[in-house]
Amino acid sequence: MSLAAKIKEVLICLRAGRVTLPYPFEPATVPKAFRGRPIFDVERCVGCAGCANNCPAREILVEDVCQEVRILKYLGRRCTYCGRCADLCPENAITMSNEFETATDEISDVGQTLELFMGTCQRCGRCFTSPTPLEELKLKGYRIDDLMNERWVFRSKPFLNEEKTVDDIDIELD
Amino acid sequence: MLKELCRKMFPRSLWVYHANSGGCNGCDIEVLNALTPWYDAERFGIKLVGSPRHADVMLCQGPAMRATEIALRRAYDAMPSPKLVFAIGSCAGGGGIWHDTYSVLGPVEKVVPVDYYIPGCPPRPEAIVFGVALVLGLVEKKVVDIHVKQDEFPIPRYHPEDLEEVDGTVKYTKSEVV
Repeated sequence: MSLAAKIKEVLICLRAGRVTLPYPFEPATVPKAFRGRPIFDVERCVGCAGCANNCPAREILVEDVCQEVRILKYLGRRCTYCGRCADLCPENAITMSNEFETATDEISDVGQTLELFMGTCQRCGRCFTSPTPLEELKLKGYRIDDLMNERWVFRSKPFLNEEKTVDDIDIELD
Repeated sequence: MLKELCRKMFPRSLWVYHANSGGCNGCDIEVLNALTPWYDAERFGIKLVGSPRHADVMLCQGPAMRATEIALRRAYDAMPSPKLVFAIGSCAGGGGIWHDTYSVLGPVEKVVPVDYYIPGCPPRPEAIVFGVALVLGLVEKKVVDIHVKQDEFPIPRYHPEDLEEVDGTVKYTKSEVV
């Protein structure tokens, strides 16, 4: 490389100036349409579990610990921020925030757990049942996911079973 | 404590080796984006190297898969100790959308121990720079595990067998498990 070429390169570099963003020391802005991690609003959630049934990554788990309490657990670890849960939530309880600074040394930090109070019939004290047996198969009122092992359990499988219900999606358990 | 340990163990430049064990290449592009002049991870001393033998940090992208499990473990073993492993993206952190398919084993922590996670699909280059700055101790962690209750739990009428008396008060044992 000749001297003239070097001088030319220096001039080009000087003209370009400095483009590096001062990011970690100053906050960064995101585009308007950016979807960050979803935030669950416990006050608005009615516990319909529509988000859990439609999550493509199947990482929103629902477990009914008893008749009145439903636990909705968002793991956050394999969330792709597609926004389908926020799209379909009837009560707009899920908002896609613009938070992207979610780096952590403990993966459970990105999770959220909601403990929801489910209403029951005042006369019989139980939740409503489906009108037909077919709907009962399709829409089970009670769902058991394996929250301890962070595992999603197929709805068609029998639940309330002490031993492992599924072997085919055993990957979360090792 | 881990941060202090990191600062002691890695006082100078971190050289990163980037291992894709079956991802879609989205996170690779974002990692390379973080090395461009706009985000310039090299001002923190981050340098991309081609061999795991030269590296301090392994950036894992993509889930642990049946086909690449051995290669990933060998690349991890080839790195000189002390070493750090970053799981970048939702595939490496949690298995991704296809976590339950036959060829995917799950998150990379099933194969190699992971120290830091950067969730996102793919994470923004700022998020990767944030993760690097978190290791170097320049920023604080911003996420925390959230556990919220809608209501205080009333007396469980239907499962009295799950009640347990602890210090004079009746406690519901099942909700403690979660």
